[in-house]
Amino acid sequence: MSSVPGDLRYTRTHEWIRLEPNGDITMGITDHAQELMGDIVMTEIPAKGMQVRRGDPLGALEAVKTAEDYYAPADGTVVDANSALESEPGLVNSACYGQGWLVRIAPSQPSQLEELLTPEQYKKLIGE
Amino acid sequence: MEKKTPLHDRHVALGAKIEPFAGYLMPIQYTGVLAEHMAVRNNAGLFDLSHMGEFRLKGLQALAFLDMLLTNNADVEPGRAFYSTMCYPDGGIVDDLIVYRISAEEFLMVVNAANLDKDWAWVTSHAGSYDLSLANESDDTALIAIQGPRAQSIALGLCDAALDSIPYYAHVPGRVAGVPALVARTGYTGEDGFEFYVSSGDAAAVWDAFMATAPSSGIVPVGLAARDTLRLEVGYVLYGNDIDHTTTPIEAKLNWVVKLASGKDFIGREVLARQKAEGVARSLIGLSVEGRGIIRHGTEIYSGCEKVGVVTSGTMAPAIGVSVGLGYVGKPWAKTGTELEAQIRGNRIPVKVVKIPFYTKGSRR
Repeated sequence: MSSVPGDLRYTRTHEWIRLEPNGDITMGITDHAQELMGDIVMTEIPAKGMQVRRGDPLGALEAVKTAEDYYAPADGTVVDANSALESEPGLVNSACYGQGWLVRIAPSQPSQLEELLTPEQYKKLIGE
Repeated sequence: MEKKTPLHDRHVALGAKIEPFAGYLMPIQYTGVLAEHMAVRNNAGLFDLSHMGEFRLKGLQALAFLDMLLTNNADVEPGRAFYSTMCYPDGGIVDDLIVYRISAEEFLMVVNAANLDKDWAWVTSHAGSYDLSLANESDDTALIAIQGPRAQSIALGLCDAALDSIPYYAHVPGRVAGVPALVARTGYTGEDGFEFYVSSGDAAAVWDAFMATAPSSGIVPVGLAARDTLRLEVGYVLYGNDIDHTTTPIEAKLNWVVKLASGKDFIGREVLARQKAEGVARSLIGLSVEGRGIIRHGTEIYSGCEKVGVVTSGTMAPAIGVSVGLGYVGKPWAKTGTELEAQIRGNRIPVKVVKIPFYTKGSRR
Protein backbone atom coordinates (compact mmCIF):
# COMPACT_ATOMS: atom_id res chain seq x y z
CA MET A 1 0.00 0.00 0.00
CA SER A 2 1.46 3.34 -0.96
CA SER A 3 0.81 6.44 1.08
CA VAL A 4 -1.84 8.96 -0.11
CA PRO A 5 -1.97 11.83 2.41
CA GLY A 6 -5.48 13.15 3.01
CA ASP A 7 -4.52 16.84 2.95
CA LEU A 8 -3.21 16.88 -0.64
CA ARG A 9 -4.74 16.89 -4.12
CA TYR A 10 -3.60 14.71 -7.01
CA THR A 11 -3.37 14.35 -10.80
CA ARG A 12 -3.91 11.43 -13.12
CA THR A 13 -0.20 11.68 -13.98
CA HIS A 14 0.74 10.92 -10.35
CA GLU A 15 1.69 14.37 -9.09
CA TRP A 16 0.59 15.58 -5.66
CA ILE A 17 -0.34 19.22 -4.99
CA ARG A 18 -0.40 21.14 -1.73
CA LEU A 19 -2.08 24.55 -1.45
CA GLU A 20 0.18 26.92 0.50
CA PRO A 21 -1.21 29.69 2.75
CA ASN A 22 -0.06 32.39 0.29
CA GLY A 23 -1.96 30.79 -2.60
CA ASP A 24 1.07 29.11 -4.24
CA ILE A 25 1.03 25.41 -4.88
CA THR A 26 3.81 22.95 -4.10
CA MET A 27 4.02 19.76 -6.10
CA GLY A 28 5.90 16.50 -6.26
CA ILE A 29 5.33 12.94 -7.37
CA THR A 30 3.31 10.48 -5.33
CA ASP A 31 4.56 7.56 -3.28
CA HIS A 32 2.91 5.24 -5.80
CA ALA A 33 4.87 6.89 -8.65
CA GLN A 34 8.24 6.80 -6.89
CA GLU A 35 7.70 3.14 -6.03
CA LEU A 36 6.96 2.30 -9.64
CA MET A 37 10.02 4.18 -10.89
CA GLY A 38 12.52 2.84 -8.39
CA ASP A 39 15.66 4.72 -7.36
CA ILE A 40 15.71 8.22 -8.87
CA VAL A 41 19.27 9.09 -9.88
CA MET A 42 18.84 12.43 -11.63
CA THR A 43 16.23 15.17 -11.71
CA GLU A 44 15.56 17.95 -14.17
CA ILE A 45 13.77 20.97 -12.70
CA PRO A 46 12.34 24.07 -14.38
CA ALA A 47 13.85 27.57 -14.15
CA LYS A 48 12.28 30.06 -11.80
CA GLY A 49 10.05 32.53 -13.57
CA MET A 50 9.00 30.09 -16.27
CA GLN A 51 5.40 30.52 -17.39
CA VAL A 52 3.59 27.22 -17.61
CA ARG A 53 0.23 25.93 -18.80
CA ARG A 54 -1.60 23.08 -17.20
CA GLY A 55 -0.25 19.82 -18.67
CA ASP A 56 3.11 21.25 -19.78
CA PRO A 57 6.08 19.06 -18.96
CA LEU A 58 8.05 20.79 -16.19
CA GLY A 59 11.02 18.47 -16.20
CA ALA A 60 12.01 14.85 -15.99
CA LEU A 61 12.90 12.30 -13.37
CA GLU A 62 15.52 9.78 -14.32
CA ALA A 63 15.42 6.44 -12.55
CA VAL A 64 17.98 3.72 -13.11
CA LYS A 65 15.84 2.01 -15.72
CA THR A 66 13.41 4.67 -16.91
CA ALA A 67 12.83 8.38 -17.36
CA GLU A 68 9.47 10.07 -16.78
CA ASP A 69 8.31 13.63 -17.35
CA TYR A 70 6.21 15.40 -14.73
CA TYR A 71 3.59 17.98 -15.58
CA ALA A 72 2.23 21.32 -14.42
CA PRO A 73 -1.06 20.73 -12.56
CA ALA A 74 -2.25 24.29 -13.31
CA ASP A 75 -1.39 27.42 -15.29
CA GLY A 76 0.98 29.79 -13.57
CA THR A 77 4.56 30.88 -12.91
CA VAL A 78 7.32 28.72 -11.46
CA VAL A 79 8.35 30.51 -8.26
CA ASP A 80 10.74 27.89 -6.92
CA ALA A 81 12.17 24.46 -7.69
CA ASN A 82 13.91 22.06 -5.36
CA SER A 83 17.61 22.50 -6.09
CA ALA A 84 18.54 20.10 -3.28
CA LEU A 85 17.57 17.30 -5.64
CA GLU A 86 20.57 18.05 -7.82
CA SER A 87 22.90 16.50 -5.26
CA GLU A 88 20.31 14.24 -3.59
CA PRO A 89 17.83 12.96 -6.18
CA GLY A 90 17.03 10.05 -3.85
CA LEU A 91 14.94 12.44 -1.71
CA VAL A 92 12.18 11.87 -4.27
CA ASN A 93 12.16 8.24 -3.12
CA SER A 94 12.78 8.67 0.57
CA ALA A 95 10.56 11.71 1.21
CA CYS A 96 8.34 12.24 -1.81
CA TYR A 97 5.79 14.37 0.15
CA GLY A 98 8.45 16.32 2.04
CA GLN A 99 12.06 17.08 1.15
CA GLY A 100 11.57 15.41 -2.21
CA TRP A 101 9.15 18.09 -3.46
CA LEU A 102 9.77 19.29 -7.01
CA VAL A 103 8.29 22.67 -7.95
CA ARG A 104 6.38 25.62 -6.47
CA ILE A 105 3.99 27.45 -8.76
CA ALA A 106 1.98 30.67 -8.38
CA PRO A 107 -1.25 29.67 -10.13
CA SER A 108 -2.85 32.18 -12.47
CA GLN A 109 -6.15 30.28 -12.69
CA PRO A 110 -6.82 29.10 -9.11
CA SER A 111 -10.17 27.65 -10.21
CA GLN A 112 -8.24 24.91 -12.04
CA LEU A 113 -7.24 23.52 -8.64
CA GLU A 114 -10.85 22.53 -8.02
CA GLU A 115 -10.53 20.01 -10.83
CA LEU A 116 -7.64 18.09 -9.20
CA LEU A 117 -8.32 14.63 -7.82
CA THR A 118 -9.23 14.19 -4.19
CA PRO A 119 -7.26 11.63 -2.14
CA GLU A 120 -10.20 9.22 -2.49
CA GLN A 121 -10.29 9.65 -6.27
CA TYR A 122 -6.54 9.16 -6.52
CA LYS A 123 -6.65 6.03 -4.38
CA LYS A 124 -9.28 4.66 -6.71
CA LEU A 125 -7.11 5.53 -9.72
CA ILE A 126 -4.19 3.51 -8.40
CA GLY A 127 -6.42 0.68 -7.25
CA GLU A 128 -5.99 1.10 -3.52
CA MET B 1 1.86 -17.56 -19.40
CA GLU B 2 5.29 -16.94 -17.92
CA LYS B 3 7.23 -19.67 -16.21
CA LYS B 4 8.30 -19.38 -12.61
CA THR B 5 11.76 -20.21 -11.35
CA PRO B 6 11.97 -22.75 -8.51
CA LEU B 7 12.62 -19.79 -6.19
CA HIS B 8 9.54 -17.79 -7.15
CA ASP B 9 7.89 -18.16 -3.75
CA ARG B 10 11.06 -16.92 -2.06
CA HIS B 11 11.05 -13.76 -4.17
CA VAL B 12 7.38 -13.12 -3.40
CA ALA B 13 8.02 -13.61 0.32
CA LEU B 14 10.91 -11.12 0.15
CA GLY B 15 8.58 -8.53 -1.38
CA ALA B 16 10.46 -8.38 -4.67
CA LYS B 17 9.16 -6.39 -7.60
CA ILE B 18 8.48 -9.21 -10.06
CA GLU B 19 8.08 -8.73 -13.79
CA PRO B 20 8.09 -10.92 -16.89
CA PHE B 21 11.51 -11.27 -18.47
CA ALA B 22 12.36 -13.67 -21.28
CA GLY B 23 9.31 -15.79 -20.57
CA TYR B 24 9.91 -15.97 -16.82
CA LEU B 25 8.53 -14.07 -13.86
CA MET B 26 11.79 -12.69 -12.50
CA PRO B 27 12.72 -10.58 -9.48
CA ILE B 28 13.65 -7.13 -10.82
CA GLN B 29 14.56 -5.68 -7.44
CA TYR B 30 14.08 -6.41 -3.76
CA THR B 31 14.91 -3.31 -1.70
CA GLY B 32 16.25 -1.02 -4.42
CA VAL B 33 18.58 -1.22 -7.38
CA LEU B 34 21.21 1.16 -5.97
CA ALA B 35 21.51 -0.59 -2.61
CA GLU B 36 21.64 -3.99 -4.30
CA HIS B 37 24.27 -2.79 -6.75
CA MET B 38 26.49 -1.41 -4.00
CA ALA B 39 26.05 -4.55 -1.88
CA VAL B 40 27.63 -6.56 -4.70
CA ARG B 41 30.46 -4.04 -5.14
CA ASN B 42 31.24 -3.86 -1.41
CA ASN B 43 30.13 -7.15 0.12
CA ALA B 44 28.08 -9.87 -1.60
CA GLY B 45 24.80 -10.41 -3.40
CA LEU B 46 22.70 -13.50 -4.16
CA PHE B 47 21.10 -13.93 -7.59
CA ASP B 48 18.46 -16.30 -8.92
CA LEU B 49 19.47 -16.83 -12.55
CA SER B 50 17.43 -19.95 -13.12
CA HIS B 51 15.95 -18.49 -16.28
CA MET B 52 19.26 -19.03 -18.10
CA GLY B 53 19.33 -21.92 -20.59
CA GLU B 54 21.55 -24.98 -20.23
CA PHE B 55 22.35 -27.40 -23.05
CA ARG B 56 24.48 -30.47 -22.37
CA LEU B 57 26.58 -31.97 -25.15
CA LYS B 58 28.21 -35.36 -24.91
CA GLY B 59 30.03 -37.45 -27.43
CA LEU B 60 33.13 -38.18 -29.44
CA GLN B 61 32.52 -35.18 -31.68
CA ALA B 62 31.20 -32.71 -29.11
CA LEU B 63 34.44 -30.73 -29.32
CA ALA B 64 34.50 -30.73 -33.12
CA PHE B 65 30.86 -29.60 -33.14
CA LEU B 66 31.48 -26.67 -30.79
CA ASP B 67 34.54 -25.61 -32.74
CA MET B 68 32.35 -25.43 -35.84
CA LEU B 69 29.49 -23.65 -34.01
CA LEU B 70 31.39 -21.13 -31.86
CA THR B 71 33.82 -18.35 -32.70
CA ASN B 72 36.04 -19.08 -29.69
CA ASN B 73 38.31 -22.06 -29.29
CA ALA B 74 36.42 -24.85 -27.48
CA ASP B 75 39.48 -26.98 -26.76
CA VAL B 76 40.08 -25.76 -23.22
CA GLU B 77 41.13 -28.14 -20.44
CA PRO B 78 38.32 -30.08 -18.74
CA GLY B 79 37.42 -28.07 -15.64
CA ARG B 80 37.76 -24.79 -17.51
CA ALA B 81 35.12 -22.52 -19.02
CA PHE B 82 35.14 -19.98 -21.80
CA TYR B 83 33.01 -17.13 -23.13
CA SER B 84 32.10 -17.13 -26.81
CA THR B 85 29.79 -15.81 -29.45
CA MET B 86 27.85 -18.05 -31.82
CA CYS B 87 27.33 -16.47 -35.22
CA TYR B 88 25.27 -16.70 -38.38
CA PRO B 89 27.09 -17.11 -41.70
CA ASP B 90 26.88 -13.31 -42.19
CA GLY B 91 28.73 -12.73 -38.90
CA GLY B 92 25.63 -11.54 -37.01
CA ILE B 93 25.40 -12.93 -33.50
CA VAL B 94 22.98 -15.75 -32.64
CA ASP B 95 23.88 -15.46 -28.96
CA ASP B 96 26.74 -15.03 -26.54
CA LEU B 97 27.29 -17.79 -24.03
CA ILE B 98 29.52 -19.47 -21.50
CA VAL B 99 30.67 -23.03 -22.08
CA TYR B 100 31.92 -25.27 -19.29
CA ARG B 101 34.08 -28.20 -20.34
CA ILE B 102 33.10 -31.03 -18.01
CA SER B 103 35.32 -33.74 -19.52
CA ALA B 104 37.04 -34.52 -22.81
CA GLU B 105 33.71 -35.37 -24.40
CA GLU B 106 31.19 -33.38 -22.33
CA PHE B 107 30.32 -29.69 -22.34
CA LEU B 108 27.62 -27.51 -20.77
CA MET B 109 26.51 -24.47 -22.81
CA VAL B 110 24.80 -21.68 -20.86
CA VAL B 111 22.76 -19.36 -23.06
CA ASN B 112 20.58 -16.28 -22.62
CA ALA B 113 17.03 -17.01 -21.51
CA ALA B 114 15.62 -14.67 -24.15
CA ASN B 115 17.32 -16.74 -26.85
CA LEU B 116 16.67 -20.18 -25.47
CA ASP B 117 14.27 -21.49 -28.11
CA LYS B 118 16.13 -19.86 -30.98
CA ASP B 119 19.45 -21.22 -29.72
CA TRP B 120 18.13 -24.72 -29.22
CA ALA B 121 16.77 -24.73 -32.78
CA TRP B 122 20.09 -23.37 -34.09
CA VAL B 123 22.23 -25.87 -32.18
CA THR B 124 20.12 -28.92 -32.99
CA SER B 125 19.81 -27.98 -36.66
CA HIS B 126 23.60 -28.07 -37.03
CA ALA B 127 24.27 -31.17 -34.95
CA GLY B 128 22.92 -33.67 -37.47
CA SER B 129 26.08 -35.25 -38.84
CA TYR B 130 28.05 -35.12 -35.59
CA ASP B 131 28.48 -38.07 -33.24
CA LEU B 132 27.06 -36.52 -30.06
CA SER B 133 23.99 -36.29 -27.87
CA LEU B 134 22.32 -33.00 -27.02
CA ALA B 135 20.03 -32.36 -24.06
CA ASN B 136 18.15 -29.19 -23.20
CA GLU B 137 18.32 -29.22 -19.38
CA SER B 138 17.06 -25.67 -18.90
CA ASP B 139 13.85 -26.56 -17.08
CA ASP B 140 15.58 -28.98 -14.72
CA THR B 141 18.49 -26.70 -13.88
CA ALA B 142 18.56 -23.82 -11.42
CA LEU B 143 21.39 -21.30 -11.32
CA ILE B 144 22.19 -19.43 -8.13
CA ALA B 145 25.06 -16.95 -8.13
CA ILE B 146 26.89 -15.26 -5.30
CA GLN B 147 28.91 -12.26 -6.38
CA GLY B 148 31.00 -9.71 -4.54
CA PRO B 149 34.34 -9.33 -2.79
CA ARG B 150 33.13 -11.43 0.14
CA ALA B 151 31.52 -14.13 -2.01
CA GLN B 152 34.24 -16.70 -1.36
CA SER B 153 34.37 -16.24 2.38
CA ILE B 154 30.59 -16.62 2.62
CA ALA B 155 30.44 -19.61 0.25
CA LEU B 156 33.27 -21.42 2.05
CA GLY B 157 30.99 -22.20 4.95
CA LEU B 158 28.36 -23.81 2.72
CA CYS B 159 30.34 -25.52 -0.02
CA ASP B 160 32.63 -28.52 0.25
CA ALA B 161 34.70 -27.61 -2.83
CA ALA B 162 38.17 -26.11 -2.44
CA LEU B 163 36.89 -22.73 -3.58
CA ASP B 164 40.19 -20.97 -3.13
CA SER B 165 41.86 -23.22 -5.70
CA ILE B 166 39.26 -22.65 -8.43
CA PRO B 167 40.69 -20.11 -10.89
CA TYR B 168 38.55 -17.54 -12.71
CA TYR B 169 36.58 -19.27 -15.49
CA ALA B 170 37.05 -22.71 -13.98
CA HIS B 171 34.68 -25.12 -12.24
CA VAL B 172 34.54 -28.28 -10.15
CA PRO B 173 31.83 -30.70 -9.12
CA GLY B 174 30.94 -30.19 -5.48
CA ARG B 175 28.18 -29.94 -2.92
CA VAL B 176 26.65 -26.70 -1.77
CA ALA B 177 24.17 -26.66 1.12
CA GLY B 178 24.40 -30.44 0.94
CA VAL B 179 23.19 -30.78 -2.65
CA PRO B 180 25.25 -31.68 -5.74
CA ALA B 181 26.31 -28.73 -7.87
CA LEU B 182 28.58 -27.59 -10.63
CA VAL B 183 30.59 -24.95 -8.79
CA ALA B 184 32.01 -22.32 -11.13
CA ARG B 185 34.05 -19.19 -10.59
CA THR B 186 32.19 -17.17 -13.20
CA GLY B 187 29.87 -14.18 -13.21
CA TYR B 188 28.58 -11.08 -14.92
CA THR B 189 29.27 -8.35 -12.37
CA GLY B 190 32.99 -7.57 -12.48
CA GLU B 191 33.31 -8.98 -8.97
CA ASP B 192 34.71 -12.22 -7.69
CA GLY B 193 32.08 -14.87 -7.13
CA PHE B 194 30.61 -18.25 -7.86
CA GLU B 195 27.78 -19.68 -9.87
CA PHE B 196 26.11 -22.86 -8.63
CA TYR B 197 24.27 -24.99 -11.16
CA VAL B 198 21.95 -27.30 -9.26
CA SER B 199 18.89 -29.42 -9.91
CA SER B 200 15.69 -27.29 -9.84
CA GLY B 201 14.41 -29.31 -6.91
CA ASP B 202 17.49 -28.36 -4.88
CA ALA B 203 17.39 -24.63 -5.58
CA ALA B 204 15.45 -23.65 -2.48
CA ALA B 205 17.89 -25.47 -0.18
CA VAL B 206 20.81 -23.53 -1.66
CA TRP B 207 19.00 -20.17 -1.62
CA ASP B 208 17.81 -20.65 1.95
CA ALA B 209 21.28 -21.66 3.15
CA PHE B 210 22.83 -18.47 1.77
CA MET B 211 19.98 -16.28 3.02
CA ALA B 212 20.34 -17.83 6.47
CA THR B 213 23.86 -16.35 6.67
CA ALA B 214 22.51 -12.83 6.03
CA PRO B 215 22.45 -11.62 9.65
CA SER B 216 26.21 -12.19 9.94
CA SER B 217 27.39 -12.13 6.31
CA GLY B 218 25.29 -9.19 5.14
CA ILE B 219 24.48 -10.97 1.88
CA VAL B 220 21.42 -9.50 0.14
CA PRO B 221 19.25 -10.81 -2.70
CA VAL B 222 19.90 -8.91 -5.94
CA GLY B 223 17.45 -8.54 -8.81
CA LEU B 224 17.84 -8.24 -12.55
CA ALA B 225 17.87 -4.42 -12.46
CA ALA B 226 21.12 -4.34 -10.49
CA ARG B 227 22.49 -7.24 -12.53
CA ASP B 228 22.11 -4.94 -15.54
CA THR B 229 23.81 -1.93 -13.94
CA LEU B 230 26.60 -4.14 -12.58
CA ARG B 231 27.39 -5.62 -15.97
CA LEU B 232 27.15 -2.28 -17.71
CA GLU B 233 29.48 -0.57 -15.25
CA VAL B 234 32.19 -3.06 -16.22
CA GLY B 235 31.34 -2.86 -19.92
CA TYR B 236 29.94 -6.35 -20.48
CA VAL B 237 27.60 -6.48 -23.46
CA LEU B 238 24.01 -7.69 -23.15
CA TYR B 239 22.40 -9.62 -25.99
CA GLY B 240 19.33 -7.81 -27.28
CA ASN B 241 20.71 -4.44 -26.19
CA ASP B 242 24.34 -4.19 -27.31
CA ILE B 243 24.66 -7.19 -29.60
CA ASP B 244 22.20 -9.07 -31.79
CA HIS B 245 21.85 -10.62 -35.24
CA THR B 246 22.68 -7.26 -36.87
CA THR B 247 26.02 -6.82 -35.09
CA THR B 248 29.16 -8.91 -35.39
CA PRO B 249 31.62 -9.75 -32.62
CA ILE B 250 34.25 -7.68 -34.43
CA GLU B 251 31.99 -4.60 -34.37
CA ALA B 252 31.23 -5.36 -30.71
CA LYS B 253 34.97 -5.39 -29.89
CA LEU B 254 34.78 -9.07 -28.99
CA ASN B 255 37.74 -9.87 -31.25
CA TRP B 256 39.27 -11.88 -28.43
CA VAL B 257 36.58 -14.54 -28.78
CA VAL B 258 37.01 -14.81 -32.56
CA LYS B 259 39.81 -17.30 -33.01
CA LEU B 260 40.96 -17.02 -36.61
CA ALA B 261 44.58 -17.93 -35.95
CA SER B 262 43.61 -21.41 -34.76
CA GLY B 263 42.74 -22.18 -38.37
CA LYS B 264 39.46 -23.80 -37.32
CA ASP B 265 36.48 -23.37 -39.59
CA PHE B 266 33.37 -22.01 -37.89
CA ILE B 267 30.09 -20.47 -38.94
CA GLY B 268 30.67 -16.83 -39.85
CA ARG B 269 34.42 -17.19 -40.20
CA GLU B 270 34.65 -15.75 -43.69
CA VAL B 271 32.88 -12.50 -42.86
CA LEU B 272 34.61 -12.09 -39.50
CA ALA B 273 38.05 -12.73 -41.04
CA ARG B 274 37.37 -10.05 -43.61
CA GLN B 275 36.19 -7.60 -40.95
CA LYS B 276 39.24 -8.30 -38.84
CA ALA B 277 41.55 -7.73 -41.80
CA GLU B 278 39.81 -4.75 -43.38
CA GLY B 279 38.31 -3.13 -40.30
CA VAL B 280 34.66 -2.33 -39.65
CA ALA B 281 32.61 0.76 -40.41
CA ARG B 282 31.33 1.07 -36.83
CA SER B 283 32.37 -0.25 -33.48
CA LEU B 284 31.21 -0.52 -29.91
CA ILE B 285 32.54 2.21 -27.63
CA GLY B 286 32.09 3.41 -24.08
CA LEU B 287 30.50 6.82 -23.57
CA SER B 288 30.65 9.07 -20.56
CA VAL B 289 28.09 11.86 -20.25
CA GLU B 290 29.89 15.14 -19.62
CA GLY B 291 26.74 17.20 -19.07
CA ARG B 292 23.63 16.32 -17.06
CA GLY B 293 21.54 13.53 -18.45
CA ILE B 294 21.27 9.80 -18.84
CA ILE B 295 21.78 8.10 -22.17
CA ARG B 296 19.70 5.03 -22.86
CA HIS B 297 19.14 2.35 -25.49
CA GLY B 298 18.24 4.21 -28.68
CA THR B 299 19.68 7.63 -27.74
CA GLU B 300 21.20 9.14 -30.89
CA ILE B 301 24.81 10.33 -31.00
CA TYR B 302 25.87 13.32 -33.06
CA SER B 303 29.04 15.03 -34.20
CA GLY B 304 27.88 18.52 -35.11
CA CYS B 305 24.87 18.05 -37.40
CA GLU B 306 25.81 14.54 -38.39
CA LYS B 307 24.29 11.52 -36.71
CA VAL B 308 27.25 9.22 -36.10
CA GLY B 309 25.90 6.53 -33.82
CA VAL B 310 23.45 5.23 -31.28
CA VAL B 311 23.51 4.20 -27.63
CA THR B 312 22.73 0.54 -26.93
CA SER B 313 22.82 0.57 -23.09
CA GLY B 314 23.07 3.40 -20.62
CA THR B 315 22.63 4.17 -16.97
CA MET B 316 23.83 6.21 -14.06
CA ALA B 317 26.74 4.03 -12.92
CA PRO B 318 26.06 3.68 -9.20
CA ALA B 319 29.59 2.90 -8.02
CA ILE B 320 31.21 5.83 -9.84
CA GLY B 321 28.34 8.32 -9.89
CA VAL B 322 28.76 9.00 -13.59
CA SER B 323 26.24 8.61 -16.38
CA VAL B 324 27.70 6.11 -18.86
CA GLY B 325 26.70 3.96 -21.78
CA LEU B 326 27.70 1.60 -24.53
CA GLY B 327 26.93 2.28 -28.15
CA TYR B 328 28.08 2.06 -31.72
CA VAL B 329 29.67 4.96 -33.59
CA GLY B 330 31.27 5.20 -37.01
CA LYS B 331 34.98 4.48 -37.18
CA PRO B 332 36.12 8.15 -37.43
CA TRP B 333 34.48 8.88 -34.07
CA ALA B 334 35.43 5.72 -32.16
CA LYS B 335 38.75 6.94 -30.78
CA THR B 336 39.01 7.37 -27.01
CA GLY B 337 38.65 11.03 -26.08
CA THR B 338 36.43 11.97 -29.03
CA GLU B 339 33.91 14.64 -28.01
CA LEU B 340 30.38 13.99 -29.27
CA GLU B 341 26.81 14.91 -28.36
CA ALA B 342 23.81 12.85 -27.28
CA GLN B 343 20.27 13.90 -28.13
CA ILE B 344 18.29 13.61 -24.89
CA ARG B 345 14.66 14.80 -25.00
CA GLY B 346 15.40 17.43 -27.61
CA ASN B 347 18.59 18.72 -25.98
CA ARG B 348 22.17 18.13 -27.05
CA ILE B 349 24.29 16.90 -24.15
CA PRO B 350 28.10 16.57 -24.45
CA VAL B 351 29.44 13.03 -24.23
CA LYS B 352 32.92 11.62 -24.60
CA VAL B 353 34.27 8.33 -25.91
CA VAL B 354 35.99 6.62 -22.98
CA LYS B 355 37.73 3.34 -22.24
CA ILE B 356 35.77 0.31 -21.05
CA PRO B 357 35.37 -0.79 -18.26
CA PHE B 358 33.94 2.33 -16.65
CA TYR B 359 34.42 0.84 -13.18
CA THR B 360 37.90 -0.58 -12.66
CA LYS B 361 38.05 -1.53 -8.98
CA GLY B 362 36.15 -4.84 -9.16
CA SER B 363 37.35 -7.85 -7.18
CA ARG B 364 37.19 -10.23 -10.16
CA ARG B 365 40.35 -12.26 -10.30
